[in-house]
Amino acid sequence: MALPNKPNGEIDAVVDPEIVEHDVDVLIVGGGMAACGTAFEIKKWASDDLKITLVDKASMERSGAVAQGLSAINTYIGENPIENYVKMVRNDLMGVVREDLIYDCGRHVDESVKLFEEWGLPIWKKDADGENLDGAKPAPTLREGGTPVRTGKWQIMINGESYKCIVAEPAKAALGEENCLERIFIVKMLLDKNKANQIAGAVGFSTRENKVHVFRCKTALVACGGAVNIFRPRSTGEGKGRAWYPVWNAGSTYTMCGQVGATMTMMENRFTPARFKDGYGPVGAWFLLFKAKVQNGLGEFYANSDAVKDELEKFMPYGASAVTPTCLRNHLMINELKAGRGPIYMATDVALNAFLDERKEAGMDEKSLKKFWKHLESEAWEDFLDMSVGQAGLWAGANVEPEKVGSEIMPTEPYMLGSHSGCCGIWTSGPDEDWVPTVDGTRAHQYKWGYNRMTTVDGLFTAGDGVGASGHKFSSGAHAEGRIVAKQMVKFCRDNADFKPELKQTAQELADEVYAPVRLYNEHVGASTSSNVNPNFCKPAGIMMRLMKATDEYGGGVATYYMTSGKLLGICMDLLQLLREDAEKMAAGDLHELLRAWENYHRIWCVEMHIRHIQFREESRYPGFYYRSDFPTVDDENWKCFVNSTFNPETQEWLCEKVECINIVETDPWI
Amino acid sequence: MPSYVDPSKCDGCKGGDKTACMYICPNDLMVLNKEAMLAYNQEPDACWECYSCVKICPQGAIFVRGYDDFVPMGGQVHPMRSADSIMWTVKFRNGNMKRFKFPVRTTAEGAANAYPGEKGANLDDECLLLESDLPTPK
Repeated sequence: MALPNKPNGEIDAVVDPEIVEHDVDVLIVGGGMAACGTAFEIKKWASDDLKITLVDKASMERSGAVAQGLSAINTYIGENPIENYVKMVRNDLMGVVREDLIYDCGRHVDESVKLFEEWGLPIWKKDADGENLDGAKPAPTLREGGTPVRTGKWQIMINGESYKCIVAEPAKAALGEENCLERIFIVKMLLDKNKANQIAGAVGFSTRENKVHVFRCKTALVACGGAVNIFRPRSTGEGKGRAWYPVWNAGSTYTMCGQVGATMTMMENRFTPARFKDGYGPVGAWFLLFKAKVQNGLGEFYANSDAVKDELEKFMPYGASAVTPTCLRNHLMINELKAGRGPIYMATDVALNAFLDERKEAGMDEKSLKKFWKHLESEAWEDFLDMSVGQAGLWAGANVEPEKVGSEIMPTEPYMLGSHSGCCGIWTSGPDEDWVPTVDGTRAHQYKWGYNRMTTVDGLFTAGDGVGASGHKFSSGAHAEGRIVAKQMVKFCRDNADFKPELKQTAQELADEVYAPVRLYNEHVGASTSSNVNPNFCKPAGIMMRLMKATDEYGGGVATYYMTSGKLLGICMDLLQLLREDAEKMAAGDLHELLRAWENYHRIWCVEMHIRHIQFREESRYPGFYYRSDFPTVDDENWKCFVNSTFNPETQEWLCEKVECINIVETDPWI
Repeated sequence: MPSYVDPSKCDGCKGGDKTACMYICPNDLMVLNKEAMLAYNQEPDACWECYSCVKICPQGAIFVRGYDDFVPMGGQVHPMRSADSIMWTVKFRNGNMKRFKFPVRTTAEGAANAYPGEKGANLDDECLLLESDLPTPK
């Protein structure tokens, strides 16, 4: 047997990669829903001579958060006033959101959904009798006035296994296949040499061949999703891949934009979803479509108890809404668990049988009942098979049929994201229209500076998970936001036609930096007989576990029921500082490991921003997502404001500040 | 729930320039060993079980075995995906089986309209393609 002092992967990395330089006008970094929106829309506004390139670290057909598919589109405004959508998001995110961005998303999102349907996405419809039709049955389209199957007020059901394939296809076609570069991981955004605070390019590497790619551009979109595997997950063996959010989202969006000086907002926010235990299957359809309820270990349906009503009274006005904010629902669940009244069960069997009983009582005959049950069972399983096959696999292994027996649900480890029920991200300009508030001060305090969704760095845009303080966009809203950015980037190019990007570093200097882990590996691999244990370097896999241990134990992870404090956060920051230093010693023997090295570098930075913001915000804005024991309550009087932070790339210093939160939609009534 | 490759079925996509599973995996996990002409999952604990590789494999050579830290053995979930639908077979540990078929697409592959050649009207307002008269908050 050979000694294990050799690279782990199949494609060895060489110390001197080839360098490929690209000059483009517009660079799109990412290939998920937002980037596909941009790719589809941008040619509608650009002149034919504008050079546009999209770079994805995976394959667009199955990249991003929708890679596996989805069983619902969670944002479709339809018959609702957009103002009500703003109110819902505002309440769910405990009052501190950018209403201009949310409203703007709301007025564009339905057009994206109608395009999806036109492209071939099957959307469930109601027939004339009010029964559900799957999306392949003949029915009027949304554009033709067809009625979608609503679960909640904003969600519609789809047969979404191929959702991403369907959205990627016209995106690629619109941009031109030759302009979509896949399997290239962009790791750094680059500022211009001559013009202060202006984006000028990016650098990354191929995960398929030893090539470093250097881009010069006039404007760039960074839309690479949120951050996963940043807190120790509940399953730490093979199951750590079964993250709730896509495991390949490494915080690259936040880190790459933050590092060039883009102001961040609400980075203290996180999302800790309550999901079916271990498989992390979705609960939305069970709550909304099947009206399922949760029971504690005593068999009590605790959500309607007097004690819970009293608890929600402490969080007004947020606790008063008909749909309790996501974090507070978690808070109630955590209270049960901490009191020893676990486990929490979703009564899936009770919910489905209630539908059957309803039909029985209405006099449905045996044969029709059987058919109805089969349909119901199929709808229930599709929810998992479309978007979380692993949950179905867990049930298959455990002999669980959800129509016969309930399943445990559990709050997961924390995630960072800006498009689902979370709102961390980057501070961007809203639309350049009169209704968007005008505020004095630096861009970090303003709501608009000319280009919708541009960050505080000139020419640098973001969308989807990247845009902070405006959650609940979901897949459709991310696509719509990508389309918004497309037009703005073309406008930026027109307005800055004379700008010639020039990078501060040479291409060789950049390549050396990107391939530093490869050089380190080759320099020292001979110092031990096993490439994974070496006194001179560490491996990405170990660094990730070290990061997750630090955040879990000190940053309010599952180990402490999401509880932290100023003292614990200080320790966490010290550990992160050591981790950042050691991250310079990450070694990569092959291209896959180089990918992991840079992902972990992004994760560490991203988590540091998260912890820094939690330190600054001296309250517990999101009970159920995290708590500060030293400031355990929601403190609207002092903290109903944004926390924005800006890293100065010149001085390497951080500035954290309070920023005014302005309501645009009426506050009375609040909901 | 990591994917695994059945060596009796995998042909390494005949060493073509595009090994299907390697092409599609969103997390860069599936790789081809060129000497054996066989693919494998190089990092099972980073597998999201998205089934992209299982669905795309032209030989039907890729399956999923439940995560060994929480899934009891013996169950299996396996799809057969065509251009317009997907058929799932769920085999339980106790031998029970369920089958489900769902639509995946209502148009032919490649038929999605990218609106080539269409141009928007005014670069200085907020309307996107196909939009007009955008509302503002009341």
